Amino acid sequence: MAELQTIQYTPRDFKSDQEVRWCPGCGDHAVLNAVQKALTELGIPKEKFAFISGIGCSSRFPYYMDTYGFHGIHGRAAAIASGVKVANPELSVWEITGDGDALAIGGNHFIHAVRRNIDINIILFNNEIYGLTKGQYSPTSGKGIVTKTSPFGTVEEPFSVGELVVGAKGKFFARTIDANVALSTQIYIEAAKHKGTSVIEVLQNCVIFNDGIHDVVTGKEVRDDRTIILKHGEPMIFGKNNDMGLILEGLKLKVVKIGDNGISRENLLVHDAKEHNPGIHYMLANMRYPEYPVALGVIRSVEGNTYEADVENQITEIGKTAKIRCMDDLLSSGSVWTVE
Amino acid sequence: MAKNSQVIKREEVVIRFSGDSGDGMQLTGTLFSDTAALFGNDLSTFPDYPAEIRAPQGTVGGVSGFQVHLGHSEINTPGDFADVLVAMNPAAIKANAKWIKPGGTIIFDKDNFTSKNIEKAGYKSDPIAEEKLENYNVIDAPVSSMVKEALKDFGLDPKSVLRTKNMFALGMVYWLFDRKLKYTEQYFDKKFSKKPEIAEANKVALRAGFYYAETIEALNPVIKIEPAPIAKGKYRNISGNTATAWGLLAAAEKAGLKVFIGSYPITPATGILEEMAARKDLGVKSFQAEDEIAGICTALGASFAGNLAVTSTSGPGLALKSEALGLAVMAELPLVVINVQRGGPSTGLPTKTEQADLTQALYGRNGECPVVVVAASTPSDCFKYAFEAARIALEHMTPVILLTDGYLANGSEPWRIPNMDSLPHINPPFADKKELPFMPYKRNCDTLARSWAVPGTPGLEHRIGGLEKTLKGTVSYIPENHEMMVNFRADKVARVVSKIPPLGVIGEESGDLLVVGWGGTKGYLLTAVRELQNEGYKVGLAHFNYINPLPGNVNEIFSRFRKIVVAELNTGQFADYLRQKHQNFRYEQINKVQGLPFTINEIKEKCIKLLEEK
Repeated sequence: MAELQTIQYTPRDFKSDQEVRWCPGCGDHAVLNAVQKALTELGIPKEKFAFISGIGCSSRFPYYMDTYGFHGIHGRAAAIASGVKVANPELSVWEITGDGDALAIGGNHFIHAVRRNIDINIILFNNEIYGLTKGQYSPTSGKGIVTKTSPFGTVEEPFSVGELVVGAKGKFFARTIDANVALSTQIYIEAAKHKGTSVIEVLQNCVIFNDGIHDVVTGKEVRDDRTIILKHGEPMIFGKNNDMGLILEGLKLKVVKIGDNGISRENLLVHDAKEHNPGIHYMLANMRYPEYPVALGVIRSVEGNTYEADVENQITEIGKTAKIRCMDDLLSSGSVWTVE
Repeated sequence: MAKNSQVIKREEVVIRFSGDSGDGMQLTGTLFSDTAALFGNDLSTFPDYPAEIRAPQGTVGGVSGFQVHLGHSEINTPGDFADVLVAMNPAAIKANAKWIKPGGTIIFDKDNFTSKNIEKAGYKSDPIAEEKLENYNVIDAPVSSMVKEALKDFGLDPKSVLRTKNMFALGMVYWLFDRKLKYTEQYFDKKFSKKPEIAEANKVALRAGFYYAETIEALNPVIKIEPAPIAKGKYRNISGNTATAWGLLAAAEKAGLKVFIGSYPITPATGILEEMAARKDLGVKSFQAEDEIAGICTALGASFAGNLAVTSTSGPGLALKSEALGLAVMAELPLVVINVQRGGPSTGLPTKTEQADLTQALYGRNGECPVVVVAASTPSDCFKYAFEAARIALEHMTPVILLTDGYLANGSEPWRIPNMDSLPHINPPFADKKELPFMPYKRNCDTLARSWAVPGTPGLEHRIGGLEKTLKGTVSYIPENHEMMVNFRADKVARVVSKIPPLGVIGEESGDLLVVGWGGTKGYLLTAVRELQNEGYKVGLAHFNYINPLPGNVNEIFSRFRKIVVAELNTGQFADYLRQKHQNFRYEQINKVQGLPFTINEIKEKCIKLLEEK
């Protein structure tokens, strides 16, 4: 481990010389800080990071990182990142995307990257709006929202990121709030360490086109009562006074108050992020205010084979007994005849 | 297997196997081709099959054909008209009647000419009479009943018995052309090593057909095609798709790089992905993507990460890839995009051939977006041009589109195996770790290629992307910078001209008519030009493999001829391109858009007409 100890980075080491151009007050600034902080904790040499993005405000992210970076085209970051990781599994590959980029134009690549379990870390900035095109509804906008392209309110149901991840056989899903840098940093570290596709949904605030969309749960005054930070192996407790919790009643989650009806801490559900059966993770990821607190933290983190490792293994295994080892072997293989 | 019949020698012969798409005609044709190749004939093949895997049985739409042209002399095309047609059902007669040489031989399965099948094929009662083929050498063999009789003691179910019909027919054809059964029998032993009874049944059917043809003296005299006088060396049969895949693998070896292919299955390009996927022994990473866009985007990601990256597709898929191809142009990463052209537009004629994607390859993107375009011209030279596409992409840091077509992809021919030592080394311009700070868009003075800094290399961290950049890699909206970068990208592609061979002329070096072609039509144009030359015309052929940039000596060659005619399987895309690039010439055109290759005759006729006009 001598090598690891020599790598001592500060967040500053990951800042590029580019001026950050997001709007003042945009949630993206906090995400950038949290990521730069998280990278210092990983013991990975700087040249091994690759940040890949699509199109959208958040997709400018790679320009602000002093790492390898590739700013792609709309919706395709997951595909580009997949190619990078499969081609060189030694890289730590991060995909920066938004709700429009990942779930509308890039929906297909998103679900397939998750299904394949390629070891990339996807940070999905969810502000429920198209910011770069100046304010149209997105696939995560709540039904009925009035935007420039829905002057009378939308008539379509939104996607829930966690639901999609679980549906696509996802093995890692976490949720955080842009402004909560401490929680976010911790989650990015866990995501980086997780082998397989990690999806982190960031409830991100667009100050210009959808300001305060998450305030109802993330506002300073209310967030303790309206969110729950899940920690693996710990009971599901939340609330300003740490007196609220979650239990399973029948087939549904239920919010309870410790002390009411004889409920104690021992009655509460204990979070198990490593449970393969996604049933409870699905319910936790889908909790919505006001019926439930919104779940934050690592909701699901399950071990599984990664695509790129299986590809490497296949090549190694076949290589052990292969008769064809170079092009000359291949060219002379099979039905070959000689003209004298 | 002594022969009593008289044997005559012929220079060449064309045989077409035709039947229902489930009749095994592709295999029958392939086995015949292999036997001919091992005997030493030169040959060219053309599989022609319907898009439906199992089109309605007995219908003309469901006919699958495989044509083989073999000869004692050089063979450049699968041939226009067949000397022998093997028709497994009436629909096969219907589909091929006009493609049989007058007086040719037709072998058909009499047992399959039931009134129902005759009607399904669109005949009243007698296909031979209705097509006026009575004067041909018509052999009505009871193929189905003969195999039933021959295999009656095998205890096979009726379906398995009838599945050997094609081998009976193949046996007959082997007798007609005085061929040995050995190679085909060896194939059965290998293929059915776990089912020896099936191997034996096929052998019995094959021999039964051979002896039947001998008994009825199916052809008198028997035709013998002596081996062709071909260059010494090791040979193999190779199809265009396999040759394409191998050319890429050879380039990777010569560049010392790993290969990544990201593709989505599409006819007729799928064979390339399949062949690459099979090459795990050479370390190929094949990625069957969720769609065409992911195919190119994963490849582009792999290119960014330092692999030789490839995506293969056909016309509609290239359309889907165009935005990402623009990103590759902007990111200036090496990428090989293979378009196995098929009949278009839209879904068009998926299993037929056409050269109508040229304009799409050259221009089908937003913005000023030049790429290198290269085209292969025979099944085996797909190897050479896939290698070239990869070489240019890697050394010039640019996407390269390689155009082949359905006819090249599925056609095959004997190929003299190259020695890997004879191929050039490929030297990508990897960034110098000492030249810091790294400027992603700083260029080589000679090629204008930028340097390739592969993630994982310390000190060269940088960002690229689809937004316009300065040479330092900073996003820039400065008008003059954008114009400069547009010009750099164009000039970089244009400068590839110094790294490609000059255009050659086949036939007359100067004269009355220069036939100009590109890509997969070469065999036809070459044969037509040779024949015209033999008839005394002053004709030459300039066949293009490098489309963008064009070779540097085009003007010089074009000016040596009185007339120029551009022959292509579209409505004139290359002719229009030449009009734009070399305006000081007048271009006549020969065009065909039927999903079929040219025939020698139609090219000759049009050339003669041009030659005779003032």
